[in-house]
Formats: sequence, structure tokens, C-alpha cells
Amino acid sequence: MSAALIAQLVVIGFTFFMLLNSAAVLVLMERKVAAFIQQRLGPYRVGPWGAMQPLADIIKLMMKEELRPKSADTFLFYLAPILCATAAFAAFAVVPFGADTTFFGLLDEPVKLMATDVNVGLLVIFAITSMGVYGIVLAGWASNSKYSLLGGLRSSAQMISYELSYGLSLAAVIMLAGTLSLREVVDAQAGYWHLFGVLPIPKWYIFLQPLGFFIFMTAGVAETNRAPFDFPEAEQELVAGYHTEYSSMTFALFFMAEYINMVTVSAVSVNLFLGGWHGPFLPEYLGWMWFLLKVFALVFFYIWMRWTLPRYRYDHLMEFGWKWLLPAATLNLLVTAGVVIWMGW
Amino acid sequence: MDAVFFWMFAAVMVVASLLVVGQRNPMYSVLLLIVSFAALSGLYVLLNAPFMAVVQIIIYAGAIMVLFLFVVMLLNVRTEEDGAETHRPFDIGPGPRRFGAGLAVVLAVQLIWALRRIAEAPFVPAGPDAAAQTSVYAIGLRLFREYAFAFEATSVLILVAMVGAVILARRDPHLPTRKEQ
Repeated sequence: MSAALIAQLVVIGFTFFMLLNSAAVLVLMERKVAAFIQQRLGPYRVGPWGAMQPLADIIKLMMKEELRPKSADTFLFYLAPILCATAAFAAFAVVPFGADTTFFGLLDEPVKLMATDVNVGLLVIFAITSMGVYGIVLAGWASNSKYSLLGGLRSSAQMISYELSYGLSLAAVIMLAGTLSLREVVDAQAGYWHLFGVLPIPKWYIFLQPLGFFIFMTAGVAETNRAPFDFPEAEQELVAGYHTEYSSMTFALFFMAEYINMVTVSAVSVNLFLGGWHGPFLPEYLGWMWFLLKVFALVFFYIWMRWTLPRYRYDHLMEFGWKWLLPAATLNLLVTAGVVIWMGW
Repeated sequence: MDAVFFWMFAAVMVVASLLVVGQRNPMYSVLLLIVSFAALSGLYVLLNAPFMAVVQIIIYAGAIMVLFLFVVMLLNVRTEEDGAETHRPFDIGPGPRRFGAGLAVVLAVQLIWALRRIAEAPFVPAGPDAAAQTSVYAIGLRLFREYAFAFEATSVLILVAMVGAVILARRDPHLPTRKEQ
């Protein structure tokens, strides 16, 4: 086996491992941030500062009894969480998280810091996300419970509606960058503009596409079923939505998928709009620090939003998606197309 | 290596497609159809056409099948009852059934004829330039230059279908019903 292949396998294994960990860390982060916002302490008993809480949660989830409703469809009932988790992991495969690296001179040729480089990477993410819907729909249907079914239906209706705006805001960035590969989109954002000849502004697409960024983030919240768009799980109405009937590790898979999806959406928006691993002060080979920092900031924003904003009403959500977000995304795309042609980029 | 993957995807596709027809539970039929589409997308990847593969997943496996799934779930047809043929809501009588059987035979003949023609033509494996031909750029140029009319006509067709669906599904009290006309 050549060194490059081993390095690539290490990168893939590392990506998988970190995603797995991110779910655990984010659960702790969510609880701590929530506690901070609500002036509580949050978890503090397990380990210093409650840092071991995720471990305790995992052990608890694994020890719990696996329950299944009597009239559930056994095969689909167990397939659904697997689909959800698989889609969540698979989507990250085409997301780059740093510049090509030789691991500080360890390798002769640089490897790409991503599981696999596909030249239609953005579309792959889009495709895998749309597969994730099936996990939720099937969970809702196979449980054979009214709460689950309603949660599953709501969730899929929401995801399908917001996928349109999501895709259109992506398309505007694709036009600017002229490529479908996330790596190349990030590379197109290297360097600075100089405002008035002096003030340097990084060439991030958020400055060219502020509306696109807003649409992408909003649709991203809806895609990941997070508050204020967390209708699939609206506790007051639906108990827990599509995963009402799930317990133990099957529930843990849904839970994990939600957090990993959050990381993926944040990572993709960092790559698309916030310049990926490009940033001031740090050399190129340490760019992944910038990347992690930006993803962390976005994830924090997500959690902040969840504990600050109340849930929308369902018809408001649909109205907002179809009557505001979609026209705005279309307009954004048309204007971008016009400018791109006019400027001849 | 390619051959192994080809036979794997092809086998999955054929088996899944056969099972789609053989299922009693429409939910499983829909899911098996998705499996079949996924395998087809794998074949596109083998043909050096990643764009086609991804679009296949997004449009067919993603968008269209979700609608199928919705219809199946909302109609709540749990299982197709076997045996009691006369009680079926869509019983169409012997005449149309014979007509359908005739159509099936015509389709089978067409398929055999088409497959024979393919067998006669030499098989050209995907060459190194296949990636260039199937790139998004090349497909975009072809679609909007050579096939611009067909492309636009299709969109008009979809619009017509959409308007038609809205009119069919709409129950406006102000519109005259069929009886009043």
C-alpha cells in the first residue's frame, strides 16, 4: 500500500471518527448553552464541568431496553434510523475541511483533506440529503402510530418545500464559482478585495451573496428540523414526532443524525459562503483551524437560535417557505445570473 | 473491477425491479423502486457520468419517489388483497383486461426487438473522453443549444400538467359542477 493511500484512509477514518464525536460533543454544548441562556447550570455532575455527560448519555442509551410497537412494520422500523444515520454520515464525505496537506512534510505528495473529491460534490450533498428524508418518512410510517405518522409527514413536507430554496441559493454560488466541486468553490474565495484601495475584505461569497447566505441558513435550519422549524418533533402536539416510538440505540441514531446534519449544513455553508479554510493570520496548512472555528461559530448560532426563538406555526412555516423564501431565492438567482453575464465572470 | 461492479448493480436493479411488481405491500414496492434507481445511478457512475448519476438520484429517487410515497401513505393502502378479485375497486372487466394483455404482448415484442438490435451493435466502452462529454458544462451546452426547443417544450408540458392537476383537484364552489352544465 502506498503512503498516499494510507494517508487517504486515515483522512476518511478521521472524518468518520470526528463526526461521531461531534454528535456527542454537540449534545453537551447544546445543554450547556441552553443552560447559559436560561440562567441555569446545565449538566455538572459527571466529570469536571459536566464534560463526561455525553459518555454517561451513551452508556444510558445502550443499556436501555429496545422497544417496538406490536403492530409496527419490523423491517422498515429498523431500516429507518439506519437510513437516517447513513445519510447523515455520507453527506459529509464530499465536504473538504482544509487545504491539501502533506501532514507537515510527512508525505511526498499532498492529500486532500476530504473523504472523497467528486467533481459534482455539491449535487452529491443535495442528493444524499434528499435520501435522508426517507429515513424520517419511513420511521413515521413504520411505527404505526399517529404521532409518528404526523411527524413524519410534516417533516418530509417541510424538507421538500425548503429543499427548493436551498437548491436555488446553492445555484447562485455555483454560478459565481463556475464549479460544482466544493474544493474549487473554496479556492475561488481565496484572497482579498481592497475596499477604497486599502481596506482588505476577504473574497468570501457572503459579501456577494448576503441574501443567498440568509436563504441557505434558513433552509438549512428547516432541513435539519431544528427550532424554530422543529415541527416534526413539536413536543406539545406530537410527543416527539417521527421518533416517538423509538428507544435505546435506534433513538440514538436519529438523535445523532440530527446533530451530524447540523454539522454538515454548517460545514457546507462555511465552504460556500465563508471562505472555508481561508482566513487571515494563519498559514495555509493550518487553515483547518479557521474551518473548525467557523463551523463552531455557525453551530453555536444554531443552538443560540433554538433557545431564543419560539416555534413557528405550521401554516406560517409553509407560507414563509413558498411565498417568501422561494421567490427571494429565485430573484437572487436571476440577479446573480444577470450580473455574472454582465460582468463576464 | 468495473465488470464486477456492473454485474452487481445490474443484478440489484433487475431483482429490485422484479420485486417491485411482486410486492403485496405498495410501500415496499416504492422502496424497491428507489433501490432500483440507486443501482441505475451506480451504472451511470461506471459510465463516467457522475452528473447523470447524481441527477438520477435527486430527481427520480429523491423528488418523484417521495411523492409516490406520500400518495401511498396518505391513501393508506396497506396491502393489496389477494383472491377476492371481484371486490377490487379498480375492477375493469374482461374487455379492457384483454386490451391490456394485448398491449403487454406488444411491449414485450418491442423490447425483444430492441434488445436484439443492441446485441448486434458493437459495444463501445466508456473511453477517456467520456468524462469530458458528460461534464456539466458539455451537457449544459448541448441542452441549451442543440436541444433548446425540446427542453423548453418539456417545461411547457410540465406547466400544462401542473395546471391540469390543479384544475382537477380543485373544488371551487363557484365553478359549475359537471351536473349543472
